[in-house]
Amino acid sequence: MADKILMKGNEALAEAAIMAGCRHYFGYPITPQTEVAAYMAKRMPKIGGVFLQAESEIAAINMVIGAAAAGKRAMTSSSSPGISLKSEGISYMAGCDLPALIVNVQRGGPGLGGIQPSQSDYFQATCGGGHGDFHLLVLAPSSVQEMADLVAKGFDLAEKYRMPCMLLADGTMGQMMEPVSLTETKPEAHDKSWALTGTKGERRPNIINSLALQPQELEKWNEDRFARYAVVQENEQMAECYMMDDAEYCVVAFGIAARVSQNAVDAARAKGIKVGMIRPITLWPFPEKVLKAAADKCKAFLSVELNMGQMIKDVKLAIDCKKPVGLCCRTGGMIPSPEEVLAAIEKMQKEGN
Amino acid sequence: MIVFDKPKALTDAPLHYCPGCTHGIIHRLVAEAIDSLGIAGDTIGVASVGCSVFTYNYFNVDMVQAAHGRAPAVATGVKRADPSKIVFTYQGDGDLASIGMAETVHSAARGENITVIFVNNAIYGMTGGQMAPTSLPGQVTQTSPYGRDTNTVGFPVKVCELLSTLDGAGYIERVAVNNVKNVKAAKKAIEKAFRNQVEGKGFSLIEVVSTCPTNWGKTPQGALEWLEENMLPYYPLGVYKDKFAKEEAK
Repeated sequence: MADKILMKGNEALAEAAIMAGCRHYFGYPITPQTEVAAYMAKRMPKIGGVFLQAESEIAAINMVIGAAAAGKRAMTSSSSPGISLKSEGISYMAGCDLPALIVNVQRGGPGLGGIQPSQSDYFQATCGGGHGDFHLLVLAPSSVQEMADLVAKGFDLAEKYRMPCMLLADGTMGQMMEPVSLTETKPEAHDKSWALTGTKGERRPNIINSLALQPQELEKWNEDRFARYAVVQENEQMAECYMMDDAEYCVVAFGIAARVSQNAVDAARAKGIKVGMIRPITLWPFPEKVLKAAADKCKAFLSVELNMGQMIKDVKLAIDCKKPVGLCCRTGGMIPSPEEVLAAIEKMQKEGN
Repeated sequence: MIVFDKPKALTDAPLHYCPGCTHGIIHRLVAEAIDSLGIAGDTIGVASVGCSVFTYNYFNVDMVQAAHGRAPAVATGVKRADPSKIVFTYQGDGDLASIGMAETVHSAARGENITVIFVNNAIYGMTGGQMAPTSLPGQVTQTSPYGRDTNTVGFPVKVCELLSTLDGAGYIERVAVNNVKNVKAAKKAIEKAFRNQVEGKGFSLIEVVSTCPTNWGKTPQGALEWLEENMLPYYPLGVYKDKFAKEEAK
């Protein structure tokens, strides 16, 4: 394990990408993720990598498409309004089966919204975010350490399943400083014979394309892709369980909401309430297995989110609405306090008994 | 002895273009340039959205299909990922001069070492003949049924003139393929645009003034006449910029 150093989430993420072998970054300035671009601008030229400030978010994601099509580990980062602009490109990437990492350091919306932390792009991330039938891998860090660790994981998963991966952070994760240890990771070896490397006159041309005018063909492409998604859903669900062994009540929260909720769970435990927490790390695939198991033991669930209630729908679906699911949320850049979450836990316990 | 053969950089797929459309000639000229420079094995093409969307079936090189207007950004990503590759885009006027104007201008401004083939036929062909950014004043299209009214929708975009004001743009030339003389000049220009890239010089764009008999409502011959009488006076042929020639002269 490398020594711990104090770093901002955005910078830890950027360095982790370099350590994961990413040498192609294309971005556009937007708060609160600009440190990623600034870090890459400083580092990439020193290590023979590419940093390019694109003319727009749209151009940036299309540059990522080009570099990914050429078989390279490529990434972009942005924040909510910028991700909307990238959504077209993300859809093309899904349709072309191209792997890449897209970072969303979320801020409040809709529209220009604000620049404070939010989780209100949950639907956009987990339901695909662009036009057409598709999913992204969606990873949700809840510490600066995880901002770093999930980068290599995201690239590896993206390349393994040939699909774009979104690291869904928020303004807090991007801006806060925590001790982090960074270690070089070796990219997993995945087949890239599909990449555009030039035929050298030795093979038929590779074509990367999402157009299929024959509906039978397009249906087949989508069905094949969803067969791959089913494997992802079976094998790649990630979640952290906190005090769930004897839990009668279950808080579900990710990212910064999980950090706050963990304090509230501790406070509730001190009051004798048997509550635990499931923290989804993969938002897509959603960690249904662990939630389904919890539904058999727990009396009620509480979804804690920085939005008007988006993940709560996935929680209800995961447990087949077998148990009541409450919502504790703040929006617009506001973060619930541990006291607010504790109050919601106490309310859940009162109503559950 | 075969004296006239299909370029190796074209596949055997039959072209889907309408009778009298000049895309076929332009495809051939691009393929001849690739063959003559011997770069097919290292060339990566970027297809755009419009009538030329299927170029990935026609060029015998690695190809990626880009979203509408985004080809120069995709080409930038490919080129930056592997500068040893020869990267070109093949785009129409709606793609390059309307929805993709930002990508066009900024790839030129960056002096991106790519080759852009820009086919200007003053109309949206694939979607059935709507007004393009390059439709002429007074031109009747599906979305300018009373003729392009410059009072309400403004004027056509002259891409070569516009791009030649950018310091980053290297070689900008407008050609046509309406007669043998112009085809020969176009062939030379397109080959030069690729050679510039092979030599690492920077951004080259060739605008090819082209026809769309189907959506212009003309016969193939009538379309060529309309091009000569209307398009060429508005879009004069010639070299608009050759920064590289100036650099060599110094």
